[in-house]
Amino acid sequence: MDYLLEADGLVKHYGDLRAVDGVSFGLQPGACFGLLGPNGAGKTTTVEMLEGLTEPTSGTIRFRGAPRGETFRARAGIQFQKTALPDYITVREALELFASLYPHAAAIDELIGLCALEGFLGQYCNRISGGQRQRLLLAIALVNDPDIVFLDEPTTGLDPQARRNFWSLIERIRARGKTVLLTTHYMEEAARLCSEIAIVDHGRIIARGAPGQLLSEHFGETVLELPREDLADTTGLPVTAVDAGDRIELLTRDVADTIAALIERGVPLERLRIRERTLEDLFLELTGRTIRA
Amino acid sequence: MIRTRLDFRRIAAVFTARNREFFRDRSTLAWSVMLPVAIVFGFAFAFSGSAPERYTIGVLGDPAAAERTLDIDYVEYVRVRDRSRGVEQVRHHELDLLVDPAARRYWVSDASPKGYMLERVLRGVNVDERAYSRESVPGRMIRYVDWLVPGLLAMNMMFTALFGVGFVIVRYRKNGVLKRFKATPLRPAEYLIAQLASRLMIIVVITSAIFIGSHAILDFPIQGNPLGLLLVLIAGGICLISLGLIVAARTASEELAGGLLNLFSWPMMFLSGVWFSVEGLHPWLQIVAQALPLTHVIDAARAVMIDGAGLVAIAPQIGLLLAMAAVFLAIGASLFRWE
Repeated sequence: MDYLLEADGLVKHYGDLRAVDGVSFGLQPGACFGLLGPNGAGKTTTVEMLEGLTEPTSGTIRFRGAPRGETFRARAGIQFQKTALPDYITVREALELFASLYPHAAAIDELIGLCALEGFLGQYCNRISGGQRQRLLLAIALVNDPDIVFLDEPTTGLDPQARRNFWSLIERIRARGKTVLLTTHYMEEAARLCSEIAIVDHGRIIARGAPGQLLSEHFGETVLELPREDLADTTGLPVTAVDAGDRIELLTRDVADTIAALIERGVPLERLRIRERTLEDLFLELTGRTIRA
Repeated sequence: MIRTRLDFRRIAAVFTARNREFFRDRSTLAWSVMLPVAIVFGFAFAFSGSAPERYTIGVLGDPAAAERTLDIDYVEYVRVRDRSRGVEQVRHHELDLLVDPAARRYWVSDASPKGYMLERVLRGVNVDERAYSRESVPGRMIRYVDWLVPGLLAMNMMFTALFGVGFVIVRYRKNGVLKRFKATPLRPAEYLIAQLASRLMIIVVITSAIFIGSHAILDFPIQGNPLGLLLVLIAGGICLISLGLIVAARTASEELAGGLLNLFSWPMMFLSGVWFSVEGLHPWLQIVAQALPLTHVIDAARAVMIDGAGLVAIAPQIGLLLAMAAVFLAIGASLFRWE
């Protein structure tokens, strides 16, 4: 398989802290690869090693099958988790500044349209909203017309509306053939955007695959949720029951059969909810903790 | 290696961004202009009369022995090694009197009130002995203000150079702007050159404007070639900005950077001859003073303004400042980290 970017056995130690502890994966051209994990899992360190900003303690990284050379920086677009921009520079000037640092730059007017920056081009970078700012930082990451784009928690701190806007923006970028490496701790984001995800915890990848494939591998069941007071006693039900605080979750492979059993016992079903198991459940199952702990 | 890779377009882009930032930040801009104006005119007003009442006799030979022979108290005796240099200092009123006890001669400026006083005392306490022979040093009356202005402007330039470039870089390291640049093909040397060039331009523009403005009001003499002053300003600016780049090379703490900058700026403020001549300092402190870039900036600026020194005469100071700048830049660039 020809990977665009490939990591093999990446390790990064900071003193005694093993921030990244043997991570290997590859990105196929045009893929959107998601690194999913809680804060402190080692996502950012992994990404910064791939970007070429942090030297791995050990392990290899290959770009188009060869070690990354001097030109890699011009082929990669980067959006950091936290970045300030120079003060008293307008949005357009910031784009022009970064464009002139690269040997080849994308057409700025096209980027402005793509990232919907038209409304605030003349404003200073430090006086725009969070969503506008993330769009500008994405445009800056694209300013060199890169082959691969690194997005480190691009939607953290955005309101739901701005987050959805940002997602459609990432989809538009993928449609232009860019390969994307995304880190996030939003399961919904990974499920919507990524063609492949790796769940990272304590510096290691603990599960990997396409979102749907991961769920079907780990979970064949559907979840039936009922309030605790409606279902006091679960003994004798032909399903696994999970205590979820004020609710009881029943995990079943046969929804009709389970509902029939509940009706037979006279359990009220007005407040019954049926849902697919999510990446959130998967994370809990794999790590024993919730992702935003 | 660096030479072949420096990209002028990238330097120009960062230079332009930095200039925009400086000139659009109205409050900082106003402060950069108001502060030196306040310093120059404040001290010009404070010292509009005479210099602080402090009498200095230059001695060719041993100052302690001279103090015993001359028998004048409450006067500072300083050693002068070179007679022609001593005479120059008398001309500029850095020394009130120059005495050669062995030859029983003294030099005094006709235009110096303090020289006149000391001369009267000298002749008064030494009436019964062999008379000292008088050598008159002609000269235009030089006010303390005339002598002080180049020092004040140079001092202000020093603070702007050190703090202006130092704090911006440290702040940008702290908030991640530098990290963003690190992810681009921009090289540290290019970034540092752009910062240096931008700050140098700001220093030259502001200092020249204040110099011209205060000259119109205070009417201090400019005996030499103003081009010489400009060269001193540029060489001194490059040197002090480069020193600031060393301080800003690694730290992301504004407090630490501030402390380090004070460590450099305070000795220069007091030992580089802003307020009084370096010759009056303890010999060890004189050695320290020679190591401070500002000493040579002020020295050369006064040589041009007061002695009418030409470009050749100040070439040694300019050469020294540029050599120091080269060393500082090399250290600053090798220590520099984006993060």
